[in-house]
This record gives sequence, structure tokens and C-alpha cells, in this order.
Amino acid sequence: MESRLGVPVSSAAAAENARGGMSGFAAPQHATHNNMQPSQVTDFGALAQSAGFRIEDLTNLSTNTLFNLKSNAHTIINDSLQFGNYGKSISPSNITTTAAVPVVDPEALVPQKGAQLNLVTIRTGNVENWGESTMADTSPRTDTSTDPDTDERNQMFEQGQLADPTASDSSDRSKDKLDHKTLRRLAQNREAARKSRLRKKIETYSVRARASSGSSTGALAFDMEYARWLEEHNKYINELRAAVNAHASDTDLRSIVDNIMAHYDEIFKLKGVAAKADVFHVLSGMWKTPAERCFMWLGGFRSSELLKLLAGQLEPLTEQQLAGIANLQQSSQQAEDALSQGMEALQQSLAETLASGSLGPAGSSGNVANYMGQMAMAMGKLGTLENFLRQADNLRLQTLQQMQRILTTRQSARALLAISDYFSRLRALSSLWLARPRE
Amino acid sequence: MAEERVTKLASERAVVVFTKSGCCMCHTVMTLLVGELAVSAAVHELDRDPLGREMEKELARRLGRGAPAVPAVFIGGRLVGGTSKVMAMHLKGELVPLLKNAGALWL
Repeated sequence: MESRLGVPVSSAAAAENARGGMSGFAAPQHATHNNMQPSQVTDFGALAQSAGFRIEDLTNLSTNTLFNLKSNAHTIINDSLQFGNYGKSISPSNITTTAAVPVVDPEALVPQKGAQLNLVTIRTGNVENWGESTMADTSPRTDTSTDPDTDERNQMFEQGQLADPTASDSSDRSKDKLDHKTLRRLAQNREAARKSRLRKKIETYSVRARASSGSSTGALAFDMEYARWLEEHNKYINELRAAVNAHASDTDLRSIVDNIMAHYDEIFKLKGVAAKADVFHVLSGMWKTPAERCFMWLGGFRSSELLKLLAGQLEPLTEQQLAGIANLQQSSQQAEDALSQGMEALQQSLAETLASGSLGPAGSSGNVANYMGQMAMAMGKLGTLENFLRQADNLRLQTLQQMQRILTTRQSARALLAISDYFSRLRALSSLWLARPRE
Repeated sequence: MAEERVTKLASERAVVVFTKSGCCMCHTVMTLLVGELAVSAAVHELDRDPLGREMEKELARRLGRGAPAVPAVFIGGRLVGGTSKVMAMHLKGELVPLLKNAGALWL
């Protein structure tokens, strides 16, 4: 699938190609990034180090929106939408969002002065250098690119009166040029303009997507809803983390935990609705990051694995609690295995239906009738996929709920934090993997 | 007639499951009960029963609005429910005790 203008990239492979070899985090994607010499591709480790980071710090950033890469074209919009609400703290232009750039207004992606300084407001304060050194690495070398996006970017660099792009530690000089308040205001204005441009893009894009690639509106709508859900989830998690660290009362913790559980319920409901419209999209996991997708089970996480993860993180547990968690892990595993076997039976049954060939002369009416009969039967079988997904999601929700019943409020809080952190890191891993330098 | 047949068949063994051949969710429940929990269960395929269609309606009625009629799981002669119910009970740790009480499971 092309990643050039106008055509949505919906396959992970194509998106991978579009991403490959790009230089570090803050540079937007180019369709013709292969114009850049390998030596220009920023070694991610070196980049991180020059910004005063350690790789571990990056992956521990709880604002996982920084790393929330997904592999289809839709999600670059999702991420920007997510970021939109953070407004002050993170600018989408500084975050690596992947997939076909042409889908998003290149203007919106240019790392701009004000937007960079906004990064200061993120907890890990040294990010400032990061943005600038990345720009330093990418801007001059892309002069040779014939990509119109790049030309526009270079123009904006010039207009933006940036520090000498070839300098790698120009942060101090540029900071002095404009004061923070003005920059913040400018950034906010740009943010608002960017948001409305993005919204327009989404409308155009959804029409294009439907027309050109056959991806359903249901799929796109779900992707956006999921992105929004994830953003909300992270807010709740941050709230919970703050409460835990502040040694909040059980009552306070309980209410946040209940909110998070209700919120989980919400995403499972959304998945159910989405599955009615496009069960394959939900099962495909295209709405997840690549690493998540790789280790996905029946459209989501594996509850039994999650419980294994928590082992050792919830101490101290009473004997009763230990037994309860062990039993829950075992029952969820058994239920998962049963569902997996049911799915295998489905696949086998479908294969048998489709494989039953009638080897009569071509065009005979008997063959056509057979064919149609086969297809009708196959269609019926496909219908049960929705049921399997629903049972899998029920399993996920109920495992979380049962876990709550076994654990104390404080333990539940820590469990939810641990689970969220795990997935957050998995998403970050996806991003790191996709941004890794390649020979 | 169908109602009586269902009730009669459901009490013949500690665990009775009504299914349909080719129903993959039924396969799931059977895998859980027989494969994972080593229960010995009687299976009745409605599509092979002369009264199958009426029995299916009866089961659908008993299981409630919107629920698929199969699989329908009876333990100790009483209707437990469909896939969702059985899975939920198992996660809560309620299924195994119920099976033991009905004599379907030996330690």
C-alpha cells in the first residue's frame, strides 16, 4: 500500500516501511525519508543521551501518549487528538506519531519554537534539548529531499529564526530570544489552529478512507474512540498514582479505583459496538500498537498473563488472598484455553465449509447453488466471531472485577497501576522499536 | 412435550449440556467442562433430536431474552445457564463447588 499523499496506509507492513529509518522522535515522517543517508538517521540511544535522558527514563514516562504509536494511518490523527487535550504540556509536533504523513497537514507537524519550549512543562525537564537537537539533525540534511513536506519544513525553519541548525547545543541561545509567556500564547494559538486543521483532515480522511481502502467508518470511529478512552484512562491512572503516593485514604482510593473499573467497562462496551460494525477490525488489533498486537489474544489482553505479572508485586498477601489469586489465574487460564479451542473449531469448520469443492463442469447451476450454499453456511459461522470476542472481553472484565474482590483497596490500586504501566511500556516499546535506526 | 423432554434429559446425569452440531461456542463449554475440569457430561445435540426445534425454543425461553439457546448447561438437573454464566461462575470459583455438590467431580 502506498504511503504517499491521500492514500491511507492501513497495513502494518506498509506503515513500517514509511517509518523505517526516520531520525529519532521529533521528526515527522516523510514518505521519501530514504533520501536521508543512513548516517543522518539519529541513533536513538545517542539522541536520548544527548538530551540528558536514559532510555529507561523514556519508557517510564507515564505520559504514554508520547510513545503511543500505532501502525495505521488513522492513528496519527488519534494521537494528535489525544495530545490536543494536553494543550499546554505536549505539542503533537514533538511527538513521533507514525503512519503516512501526507494524511496530516505537514505544517502541523513542524517542530516549532513555542511548541518546543512547551516541553519544559513535562515532568522530565531535560526534554528541551531533545527537541532541538533532533531538529538540528534533521533539518539541513533534508534539503536534498524532493518531498514537498520537507521543503515546507525547511521554509518554516528559516522563518522561525531558529538557532543555527547545525549546532547541537543551541538551546540556551534560542531560549533567550523570546519570552516564555509569548511563546506559550503563540503555542496555544498554533495548537488551536492545528486542532481545527486536524478535525478538517479527519473529515476529509474518513471520506477518503471509506472510498479508497474500504476500511469501514466503524473501524475509524472505534480507533478514535479508543484513542480518547486511552487518554482518559491515563488521566485516571495519573490521579490514582498521585493518590497512592500521597497515602490517600482507602475511601479516596476506592472511588478512583471504581472509576477506573467503570471506565474499563466502557471500553469493552465500545468494543462490542465496534464488533457489530466490523468484527475483523477489532480482532485484528490494528487499533493497538504493533507490540501489543503481536501478543494479543482474541482481540485483547490475556487475563491469566496479567495475573502472572502481578505476582510478587502485590505483597504482602494473606494465605486466603494468595489462594484466591492462584485460583483466579487458573480459572481464567482454563476459560481462555476453552475459548481458544472453540476458535480453532470455528476455523476448522469454516475451512471445511469452504474447502468442500464440487468438481463438476464449470458454470453448471448445481455448482452455483453449492457455492452459494457454502457461502451462506460460512457467513453463519463468521457470525459467531462476535460471540467469541464478547466472551473474551467478558473474561477480561470479570477477571479484573474478581481480582478487586480478592484484594484490598490499596492492593487493587497498586494492581491497576502495575497493569497500566505494563501496557504503557509495551506501547513505548513499540515506538522505540519502530524508531530504531536501521542499516 | 418439548418442555418435559428437556427436563427429563436434564436430570439423567449430573451434568447435561444441550448443544448443536457445529456450534463452536458449545465446543468451548464442553472443552471447559470435560477437557479442563474432567467432568463427565451428557451431551444432547438438538439438531439430531426429532423434537429439537421445539426444545431449542424451550431452552431459549428458559435462558432469557436475547441469549442463544445453546449451549445450555444443566447441573444437578437445574439450569445453570449459557456460556457467559458458566464462565462467570468459574471465574468466581463457584462452578467447581457446584459440580462437586452434584457429584460430577471426584476430588
